[in-house]
Amino acid sequence: MSRIEKVNDYVVRFANVNGTGSASANNLFALAIYRMGVPVTPKNIFPSNIQGLPTWFEVRVSGSGYLARRAGIDLTVAVNGQTLVQDYNEVLPGGYFLYDSTKRLPDECRRDDLNVIAIPLTQLCNDAFTDPRLRQLLKNIIYIGALAQLLDIDHGVLTAAISGQYAKKPQLAESNLQALEIGYTYAANHFAGACGLRVEPQPTSGESILMDGNSALALGAIYAGATVAGWYPITPSTSVVEAFERYANRYRIEAETGRKRFAIIQAEDELAAIGIAIGASWNGARAFTATSGPGLSLMAEFLGLAYYAEIPVVLMDVQRAGPSTGMPTRSQQSDILDAAYASHGDTKHVLLFPSDPTECFEMAVAAFDLAERLQTPVIIMSDLDLGMNDHLCAPLSWDDSRRYDRGKVLDAAALEALPTRWGRYLDVDGDGICYRTYPGTHPSKGAYFTRGTSHNEYSGYTEDNTIYRRGMERLARKWQTARDLVPAAEATERDSETIIGAIFYGTTSAAALEAIDLLAAEGVAINLLRLKAFPFGPEVKTFIDRHRRVFVIEQNRDGQMRQLLIGEGDFPPAKLLSVLNFDGLPITAATIVDQIQPLLAAPDPDGDTEPSGEKP
Amino acid sequence: MTFVRPSFRHPQQPTNALGYVRKDYEGLISTLCAGCGHDSISNAIIQACFEIPVEPHKVVKMSGIGCSSKTPAYFLDRSHGFNSVHGRMPSIATGANMANRDLIYLGVSGDGDTASIGMGQFIHALRRDLNLTYVVMNNGCYGLTKGQDSATADRGSRTKKGAPNPFESIDLCEMAIQLGAGFVARGFSGDKQQLVPLLKAALLHRGIALIDVISPCVTFNNSSGSTKSYQYVRDHIEATGTFDFIPLQQEIVVQYEEGATQAVTMHDGSIIQLHKNVGGVDVTSRRRALDLLEAEREQGRLLTGILFLDPESEDTHAILNTTLTPLNQLTQAELCPGAAALEQINARFR
Ligand SMILES: Cc1ncc(C[n+]2csc(CCOP(=O)(O)OP(=O)(O)O)c2C)c(N)n1
Ligand code: SF4
Ligand SMILES: [Mg+2]
Repeated sequence: MSRIEKVNDYVVRFANVNGTGSASANNLFALAIYRMGVPVTPKNIFPSNIQGLPTWFEVRVSGSGYLARRAGIDLTVAVNGQTLVQDYNEVLPGGYFLYDSTKRLPDECRRDDLNVIAIPLTQLCNDAFTDPRLRQLLKNIIYIGALAQLLDIDHGVLTAAISGQYAKKPQLAESNLQALEIGYTYAANHFAGACGLRVEPQPTSGESILMDGNSALALGAIYAGATVAGWYPITPSTSVVEAFERYANRYRIEAETGRKRFAIIQAEDELAAIGIAIGASWNGARAFTATSGPGLSLMAEFLGLAYYAEIPVVLMDVQRAGPSTGMPTRSQQSDILDAAYASHGDTKHVLLFPSDPTECFEMAVAAFDLAERLQTPVIIMSDLDLGMNDHLCAPLSWDDSRRYDRGKVLDAAALEALPTRWGRYLDVDGDGICYRTYPGTHPSKGAYFTRGTSHNEYSGYTEDNTIYRRGMERLARKWQTARDLVPAAEATERDSETIIGAIFYGTTSAAALEAIDLLAAEGVAINLLRLKAFPFGPEVKTFIDRHRRVFVIEQNRDGQMRQLLIGEGDFPPAKLLSVLNFDGLPITAATIVDQIQPLLAAPDPDGDTEPSGEKP
Repeated sequence: MTFVRPSFRHPQQPTNALGYVRKDYEGLISTLCAGCGHDSISNAIIQACFEIPVEPHKVVKMSGIGCSSKTPAYFLDRSHGFNSVHGRMPSIATGANMANRDLIYLGVSGDGDTASIGMGQFIHALRRDLNLTYVVMNNGCYGLTKGQDSATADRGSRTKKGAPNPFESIDLCEMAIQLGAGFVARGFSGDKQQLVPLLKAALLHRGIALIDVISPCVTFNNSSGSTKSYQYVRDHIEATGTFDFIPLQQEIVVQYEEGATQAVTMHDGSIIQLHKNVGGVDVTSRRRALDLLEAEREQGRLLTGILFLDPESEDTHAILNTTLTPLNQLTQAELCPGAAALEQINARFR
């Protein structure tokens, strides 16, 4: 019988029923491997449901540090009767199938290329524990115990993790440790040496963290000094505001009075949620909202107002699979165009594309500075994969000497000192950004009437076509200023000779990097450009001009970033080739390689011409 | 277009206790139709702010979209204004109020802006008891889009277009009382005598204060078949009573007969002295207020004045227990936990 034999390079899948407490056991597994110094990538593939439907948790173990999801399951832990046969069939040949043998394996399960590990989890659990609620949870811990034995996971790491988790409930810690032991002993007695997969500890600096993107966004908002959040619950953005509230309750309580230095309003809908954020920002507090696709659609009108009336606001869009309600618990990068141009009229918005939690934190902080500097909405484009899964990433860091950039705001003294009449929309510096004032600043100076109707430099209503046009042109000038202020795309040159480039962003990055390594091993050199923001800086043009073929790798059906590049950068469409994944599961390196290979074989779109260096 | 008033100031104009003249509370010249009820309400707002008195720059005026929502340009020039989008003034006001609890928030809306497109935001601002004076300039139609029936148009009422409105109307005051608003009043743009004190009391009330002001649209909804015309309102108006509004600093000089008046002390110590007209109204009883509104409606009368008042009501900040320092004045040192705390946070993710 074939057996996969691997050290630190495989995928373990847990097939559970949602609402049975499997998440904490499965997270424990990932945590233990991470703590052994081995890079790990957990992906929770869960239903849009609260209880009773199938849910999967995949953990990729990659000693060489590839952090994208990988297809192909080496070991499945099957504890969901509903999907048992499917789970059985999906294991790779030579792989391992651990199931709860309290119930017999169905007759259809007759593969001869699988190594079956039958452990009577329910039986073992019921023999040891009586509390029915506890039984459900501890059954999960029993399989973790078995895995510890089968994969050679450090026992001390696991017990320490459990003791840490239940530090405040020693009794629970004890039963968990007991369950762990039961699984371990059973596997040792019945399946010693049965599994060819192993975890071997790796040296690490101990610096990196395992964090979800939504917590990082929330921390970014805390560190940036956001005080007001308006929101409406929607998966997968909900945990951003929940985490914000948790951290705010820890770090933002006035010591003397117990009063809160923040206000979180669960609004009646997303229109109100962003209205609240805009109203607060207008009045000088840092404010934000978080949502996902359906909410973004509802926020469009207000985003247009904030663009035109020039009000800072931070919006965190944790994207999910659309269209419409789509697949609410699956991931995609499919709000790119909607976010870039949300609202009617000539409107466009600054977008930021974090690719891991560290960047979620940094970009959240940057978003508040940028929004206030540019007096415009800034939308952080995260997604479900980034937001809700844990990612191995660099620790968050903060420089205590860093000061918030509150942008061009005049206080009473500055208003007094002005030599000429102040105008809210007067571009005195020539960068398209004007000076604003907060309400209540000065008894007789600095008041103005904010409006979404066409206005002159003094914020007075006008239908004068020349003045209207002047305002719109100034906004275009401000957009040019934005280009210089947003984070630049990150170019990595793998080969100075190659004519092939790849552009990607956000959660596509890890898979893209892995794919490019795989292709490099086959002799195909590809240079990389990771986009971090829209508007695109000059480096994007330089990169595209330098290469004859540029793959744009992203997770949506219509190649939205490619469209944005063509529309905004004026690049020859034939040169930009889409590589796409849009099934809702995080993109894999194999998907990218499979799509790039045939494209490499196709004729050169530019014929023999040299890469053009001309300005578009 | 914007018309600026000439800034000439007569030296003999009376000043209020803060040293401002009435003109300091005025705005641009209105561009609404001559005779529009909304202009009278703007004037009442100017008068109320001058009389209270408030510091003009400490007021924030906000609105949605409509003829009514244009009016904040026509009063309180020294206040920051925010003309938002259709039906969404309450969310902007909520955010603004969260950012700085020390200013006075005055929201202006229309019946279309509030009772149709903005109904959701309206009722949720009420539920949250936002510290906001919410003035609905209610003309029973959409003025700015040329006279369509609105959701507050009475069943059977006719605008200039002629067809009777076939649908049931929404009574914003009844709704507000049901939803727990602490101050609910109805006024008439043609009765400044009543409207100015209503506005004064509303502006000083803590929590949400709704004033539904019937404000005839002379261009589209002032014809004989309309129940929101000047004539009809004058013929059918009934007040809960006349009242005096006595700000904290002033002494009550007039003594009223026992039983005929009701004195309600507001949170800042100001007193509302109500001289009852309609059968023994107790304005602090929610149940009675609703009964009375329904009873008057059955009689085909339009009840005005203070309809309900809960002097104990709390605002959103009190409910959320936010700091007394306006959030927009907190410093980076107070807001940012710093590098050491972040190191501890990192440790929890290892
Ligand atoms: C989203 C949106 N839909 C429609 C309109 C067009 N519109 C402008 S004002 C208005 C109705 C205003 O009615 P009301 O609030 O009663 O104000 P009035 O003009 O009667 O004072 C409408 C429908 C708009 N501005 N925005
Ligand atoms: S149309 Fe009606 S509501 Fe609008 S300004 Fe004229 S009278 Fe007033
Ligand atoms: Mg109206």
